[in-house]
Amino acid sequence: MAAEAYVQMKDRRWWREVSWRYLVAVAAVVYAAFPIVYILSASLSPRGTLTGSNELFADITTAQYEALFQTHFPQWIVNTLVIGGVTAIATVLMASAAAYAFSRFRFAGRNGGLTFLLLVQMFPQILAFVAIFLLLLSLRDVIPILGLNSQLGLICVYLGGALGANTFLMFGFFNSIPKELDEAAKIDGAGHARIFFTIILRLVAPVLAVVALLSFVGTFSDYIIAGIVLQDQDKLTIAVGLYQFISGQFDARWGIFAAGAVISALPVLLLFLFLQRYIVGGLTAGSVKG
Amino acid sequence: MGPFFLVKLSVLALINAFGLFVIYSAWQVSHWGILGSMVAILIVANWVYFSKRMIAAKYLFPGLVFLLVYQLFTMGYTAYISFTNYGTGHNATREDAIAANLAQNENRVPDSPSYPLTVVTGADGELGFAIIDGDDGVLVGTEEQTFEAAPDATVTDGDVTEVPGYSVLTFGEVLEQQNEITSLRVGFDDVDEGSIRTQDGSTGYLYRSVLTYDEATGAITNTDTGVVYSDNGEGSFEAEDGSTLVVGWRVAVGFDNFTKMFTDSRLSGPFLSVLVWTFVFAFLSVATTFFLGLFFAIVFNHPAVRGRKIIRSLLILPYAFPGFLSGLVWAGLLNRRFGFINQVLLGGAEIPWLTDPWLAKLSVIGANLWLGFPYMFLITTGALQAISSEVYEAAKIDGARAGRVFRSITLPLLMISVAPLLIASFAFNFNNFNLIYFVTEGGPNFPGSPIAVGATDILISMVYSVAIESGTQQYGLASAMSILIFVMVGLISWLGFRQTRKLEEVI
Repeated sequence: MAAEAYVQMKDRRWWREVSWRYLVAVAAVVYAAFPIVYILSASLSPRGTLTGSNELFADITTAQYEALFQTHFPQWIVNTLVIGGVTAIATVLMASAAAYAFSRFRFAGRNGGLTFLLLVQMFPQILAFVAIFLLLLSLRDVIPILGLNSQLGLICVYLGGALGANTFLMFGFFNSIPKELDEAAKIDGAGHARIFFTIILRLVAPVLAVVALLSFVGTFSDYIIAGIVLQDQDKLTIAVGLYQFISGQFDARWGIFAAGAVISALPVLLLFLFLQRYIVGGLTAGSVKG
Repeated sequence: MGPFFLVKLSVLALINAFGLFVIYSAWQVSHWGILGSMVAILIVANWVYFSKRMIAAKYLFPGLVFLLVYQLFTMGYTAYISFTNYGTGHNATREDAIAANLAQNENRVPDSPSYPLTVVTGADGELGFAIIDGDDGVLVGTEEQTFEAAPDATVTDGDVTEVPGYSVLTFGEVLEQQNEITSLRVGFDDVDEGSIRTQDGSTGYLYRSVLTYDEATGAITNTDTGVVYSDNGEGSFEAEDGSTLVVGWRVAVGFDNFTKMFTDSRLSGPFLSVLVWTFVFAFLSVATTFFLGLFFAIVFNHPAVRGRKIIRSLLILPYAFPGFLSGLVWAGLLNRRFGFINQVLLGGAEIPWLTDPWLAKLSVIGANLWLGFPYMFLITTGALQAISSEVYEAAKIDGARAGRVFRSITLPLLMISVAPLLIASFAFNFNNFNLIYFVTEGGPNFPGSPIAVGATDILISMVYSVAIESGTQQYGLASAMSILIFVMVGLISWLGFRQTRKLEEVI
């Protein structure tokens, strides 16, 4: 049924078929937004306790934010940005390189390699966290910079999961770029590296952005591996740090936690809103976030 | 000789330098596994990048190295650990276990001389002792480094005041670290000679173990009581009455860890209920989020509804909100005494949302519904829009009612594109550690269980509990459980994907 038909729709029919949908919309939006509104209000509350956060927007102060910045929180932000950023960039580079190889070259083991990646990506890294812990424990004796309590070591662990699902996502997009482009460049004397870096990567830039974002959100939300690898207070990521704020003394430091939550969620929320179009496309192509 | 070649050359030079450094350090501490892997990686790297052929390998190599070391190796290593007794009390080799047991059972040697002692710190800040031994002069050592002669040390008024390579602690610093100092033990080269300990930071006494190890029989004897502890073949020294020495070592235990989950009566009860709940949780998580998302998608996918873009942007909020934070926020909202839901929405009712076993299960499903429905809303909206309107018109002409159209047309067509995503979502929720851990920490705990496991624990959070959080860390058992999860998730995904023929499509 075309939209124009509804423009001349009789009032009574509009009431019966459409009006209730707006009621559902209001309910859905309240449901979706209320925990976020609540945490925003809690972060602005002067008392900073769980009880004190129940009156929404009663008093507004920045006290919780000031208290938050007396802690290690600023350092955690930097750590998270560095770890997440480096992981995202390296993930994009390695996954796109692999996708390029699978899409453009025919070599022995190509089909086997693709099946292998499909299988490997089914096993989430967190299942092997005990082995990861013990591996980094041994690495610490040999190369401290890749061992326990090292951020570089953590990045390397994350990069172990770089190929899996990302290569698949990109593989499809690489295949959609006409091979004639490569061939024309080759005739003009470009080598495979030049074709990859200056032609292909530019054409798939939106996919690269989505993979980078999803990878960043993945490292940002990881608690279990980051919590095992990182030990010093000044090395933690936001997820590990914020959790220890409220584990044990839930009520007392709720306000500080809320302030930390708002600061760390805002950039991600904005990114998602701006990149909605790409993310929805990426989702239906098969990548998953809880 | 383009710019790419120069970049390649310098990157490879760096990698080779780093690799050689790793090989050298591994050699120093005799870590043959790391040394061998690094040699292999270096050889393959140089071979791949200096060869004129193997172009595809040049692009695959970096990602594959990380995949092999941090994913495949750790998977294999998990499998290996699952067949050992690795964990607290079984951490190291048999030799280390003997030394540790001897050290832990030391007593002060009666009538032994006392030594003037000075507390020092080494270059890395580790504590140590410098003592004056009548015959040998000044000796210095730390927990790791047994006593060695320090002929260049300065002695003033019968006390060591300066040792090259170490710094002497002031009286105030000694007071600050009392506990560390009184528990510090510095051994002699010869294990049988015992060790030096101090009570006051200025006098050292000789301690010797009441245990002795007999190389010939491979058993440890307690010289006080005469009890003989012999190797029981399971990584411990055991006496005839069944008591064991605290420190054991790592041995292979076959399938013990796997059978323990089902046969050890204290473990099998919690394990089976966690196993069942994991399936229930994963299934309900997918089902609830899918139907709520689908409901919203159908309601708002009506051409007469205005502002659909704004509605979508607002409904995407929980999905964009970082997952680990959502769990914690819901834990706060559901708090029994102070939470918003009990205090404000329910007018002060003290409903134990997170501490009653059944309500806690409801709570994690509820929190997950909030987190998960936007994803389902997005994908079902996309799938609904892809169904052509002609099918609906045909159904209308045939006189099908709305319910019938939904059951016979919308749902089956939707499932074709959405089913693989539902399977992936099931696999994801099967291991949704963050949600469980942050909302309830797996609690409320089962009373009387030897490990901290509770009503909302799923397998992966139980693994975490067994490996990290319970008093004794049982890496072997935790790894065996990980392997079980591997197998289950793999099997479910394989069956599911085979059903939807996704595998053939992709390749």
